[in-house]
Order: sequence, then C-alpha cells, then structure tokens
Amino acid sequence: MSGPGTAVEPLLRELAPQVLGVLVRRHGRFDICEDAVQEALLAAATRWPADGLPANPAGWLITTASRRLVETWRNEAARQRREQNYVLLEPPSASPAPAADDSLALLFICCHPTLAVPSQVALTLRALGGLSTAAIARGLLLPEPTVAQRISRAKARIKAAGAQFRPPTDAERDRRLPAVMRVLYLIFNEGYATSSGPALQRVELTAEAIRLTRQLRQRLPGEGEVAGLLALMLLTDARRAARTRPDGALVPLADQDRRLWDAAAIREGTDLITETLAKAPLGPYQLQAAIAALHDDAACAEDTDWRQILALYDLLAELAPGPMVNLNRVVAIAMTHGAAAGLRALAAAEADPALAGHHRVPAVRAHLLEITGEYGPAAAHYRLAARRALSVPEQRYLSMRADSLIGSA
Amino acid sequence: MKYMILIHSNPHFHERWAKLSAAERDDFGRRHYALSDALADSGELIVSEGLADPSLAKRVTARDGQTMTTDGPFAEVKEHLAGFYLVDCDSEERALAIAAQVPDAVWGLVEVRPVLGRHPEDM
Repeated sequence: MSGPGTAVEPLLRELAPQVLGVLVRRHGRFDICEDAVQEALLAAATRWPADGLPANPAGWLITTASRRLVETWRNEAARQRREQNYVLLEPPSASPAPAADDSLALLFICCHPTLAVPSQVALTLRALGGLSTAAIARGLLLPEPTVAQRISRAKARIKAAGAQFRPPTDAERDRRLPAVMRVLYLIFNEGYATSSGPALQRVELTAEAIRLTRQLRQRLPGEGEVAGLLALMLLTDARRAARTRPDGALVPLADQDRRLWDAAAIREGTDLITETLAKAPLGPYQLQAAIAALHDDAACAEDTDWRQILALYDLLAELAPGPMVNLNRVVAIAMTHGAAAGLRALAAAEADPALAGHHRVPAVRAHLLEITGEYGPAAAHYRLAARRALSVPEQRYLSMRADSLIGSA
Repeated sequence: MKYMILIHSNPHFHERWAKLSAAERDDFGRRHYALSDALADSGELIVSEGLADPSLAKRVTARDGQTMTTDGPFAEVKEHLAGFYLVDCDSEERALAIAAQVPDAVWGLVEVRPVLGRHPEDM
C-alpha cells in the first residue's frame, strides 16, 4: 500500500475506519474485525489498480471484509466445535451510512488506557490510518514482527478490558482526550523529520497525523485544544521544505529560507488558531500553535515578535509547566532582553533535575555564548551538546556549529 | 523512544552465581522470561537475548579487502556483556522502571542507554 501515484491508496485510507466502524457496530469483536478489514484493504490494493475501482468501493470492502470475518468465525467455530454460530452470521448491508461517530469511537478504542503509548500509536495507525503493518514498521523504524505482535497483543488487551465500541461519553471524552491528542502529536513528531530513505520507503506519518487530527476536529468542533493541535501541526509542517538541506543537514529556524515555507498551510493554521483563541478556553496546544504562528508570520528572522512569544511562553509555563517549556522560554528571554538575561534565566532553569544531562541545556548555552561573542566556550558547549544529542541529524548539526566557531574564535 | 537495557557481567557475578541454590537460579531465569513476556504483552519489547560466554567471541578485522578473525574475547576485560533487552517505551522513566525489573539489577549490573534516533526533535 505504499506505491506512489495511485489514486487507490488515499481512498483506501479514507475508507478504512468507515468500513471498520460498520463491521464492529454490526458484529462487535473489534479484534477480528480489524484483521478482516486489513485483509480487505490489502486485497483492494492489489485488485483495484488492475481491475479498476468498483462502483461502490466502501461496499466492496465491507463485503470482502465480511467474507474474511465469516472465514475466521468458521475456523474458530470448527476449533471450538460450535459450527452453528457462523451459519447465522449475515454480512451487513454493503451500502450502509457510516455513523458519524465511528471514527471517534475507533480512536478512543485504539488509545485505550490499558495500552502502553507505543501500542496506542501502532494500533491507531492501522485501524484509523489503514496503514499496513509493514508500512507502520518502516515509519516507526521497527522490525515488522514487533509491530505485528504489538498490534495483536494490544487488541487482546482491549478485548480483555471489555472495551465497548461506542462514542465516548462526555466524561470519558474529557478524561481521555488528552491521551488521544498525545498519540496524534507523537505520530506527527515521528514523521516530522528528515526522511533520508528512498521516497518509496517513506511513510508520511506527518500527513497521516494531520489527516487524523482534521477528522477529530470535525467530530469535536467545540474542543479548543483539538483545533490548537491541528493548527500547531499545520504551522510546524509548513516549514518542512526549509528545515533540511538536500543532504539531510538541519537548518535552524533563523537560517531557513522562508520562501520555501508553505504559505497556504500557514494561512490555514493562523486563521484556525486566531479563531480558536478568541472563543475557546486556553490550552497548551493552542499556546504552542500561537507561538508557531508568530514565527511563521515573520518575513525574516529579525522581524520575529519575540516580546509576544515570551508573553506566550510565560502563559505556557503557568498552564503546563515543564523543563522543556522553561528552556524554550530562556531563548525567548534572550531574544527579548539580551543574551546575558538569557544566560541568567538558563542558570535558574537548568536546576531542574529533569534537565540533567539533556543536550538542549548546553545547546542553548552555546547559542547564547555565541551571541555574546564568547566563541571558545560556545564551541565547547556545542560539542558537549552534540555528544548528548539523541538523533544523528542533531549530532551533525551541533558538531557543525562547533566547527564553524573554531574558525572565528 | 527506544532504549537498550544492557546486562553486564563480571567475575564477582560468577562467584555469586555459583553460591546460589538451584531453586534460586531457576527463579532468576523465570523472572527473565516473565519480564520478556510482560514486555511483549505491553507491546514494549523489540527483542531480548542472552549472550553466550565471552570465551566464544571472535574478533573480526576487515581492512584492504582482507578479513582476519581471531578467537577469544575482545580484550582483557573484567566486565562483559551478558545479555540485553531492546525496548520501545514512552519515557526514560519507564525504561528505568523496566531495567529495575531485570533480575541482574540486584547486583547493579544493568545499564540503560537511549538509542540514537533518525528523527531530530523540533528545533
């Protein structure tokens, strides 16, 4: 299902949760329905490009998946010597109206609290994204059997927990929506990266996260944080083309060629966050989106409205305090009040034990020292940051900064 | 986020191991299997293996199209790798909690290392 240039794939991905919703509503048993839909998607991915689209694609998938379901039931029944069960099974109508809330119910099942977060991510990508196990494994840089096992165990857990397939109640929604949004944001961040592999191997997890968040927003238009998350994704992803050089090297925000930014995505994200801030209760995703919008709004790095960004970080630090927020706030302080003020704020922020050994601390210090012209110490801190960085592109970038300062020291 | 949980061993360990009763050794092994099962069940396990004795190690040098193999451990090391768990979990905190369940942790021989990613965090 990763072939480029086929119109079939986006259609399948769109239909996957609808078809799954119909089957689960009709038969219960999320676990085996999900397998049946996955097999129907694989069958369609081979058949449709060759035979042409069926007149009713959703109906075709439902019929095919139902047939698989009957086979599964028949095998199970044979095993358990209860042959009479499957005979009574009727496939659901091939042209049902998908219930509007099916995708919401599916999303909440996939992000069930009994599952570890990595399992929630994998199951969401398969059941809602319609991605194959192989595609998910490529996207998450995991062996395929690991992902297959993760998905089947996750479904067994959901079954054991007795999870119901139905739209969440208001109370459940309030309680579990943060976890659901976190899964979507994790999927986005997995994909928001330099994808250096051959284009065929790439799985656009970023696009998938945006698509799923859009769907969630359609279902929950009143949730300000869902809108904020979508805006944050759009405004961040808008910079993708400028974020890396052709050789995969990272380009920091200040050095990016802003002509490469996606103006349409920036407009959509900015409109969305502006509208949301005006009417919804404030939340961390909205604040981060507002900060991203201010960056995206600046025609050049020098035009960035750091004063307003700092005000937003102050709010964020109150609403959702955390070591990374404090560290980002240090940069905003430095850009507003000067590098010396930034260094003082950094000394306070790094007392947090959660930041001990974190590469961002020496990276920020190096940056501020560089601004004040202390190139020698700056290079040393860039090197320390490079050693502690958790990804290869960051290591390369930080080492490069250190090297460039040696010349100017 | 992926973490490698490394289980080291050393001559001390061998002495202590020799002093354990058969039942205690069985229990040690069972707890490893139980941890693997629990991690597979939660979806966090990528792979876990125990390594054969370092005396079976071979050292490989490949240079100028020539491959040379020598027997024996890599160097005169007092400590060697005895096994590992590669896990994929939500946070470092969780990785440390998993490491604490490795039976060898009672001897302080367990180390947790983050795996380098291909993806940078947002800058």
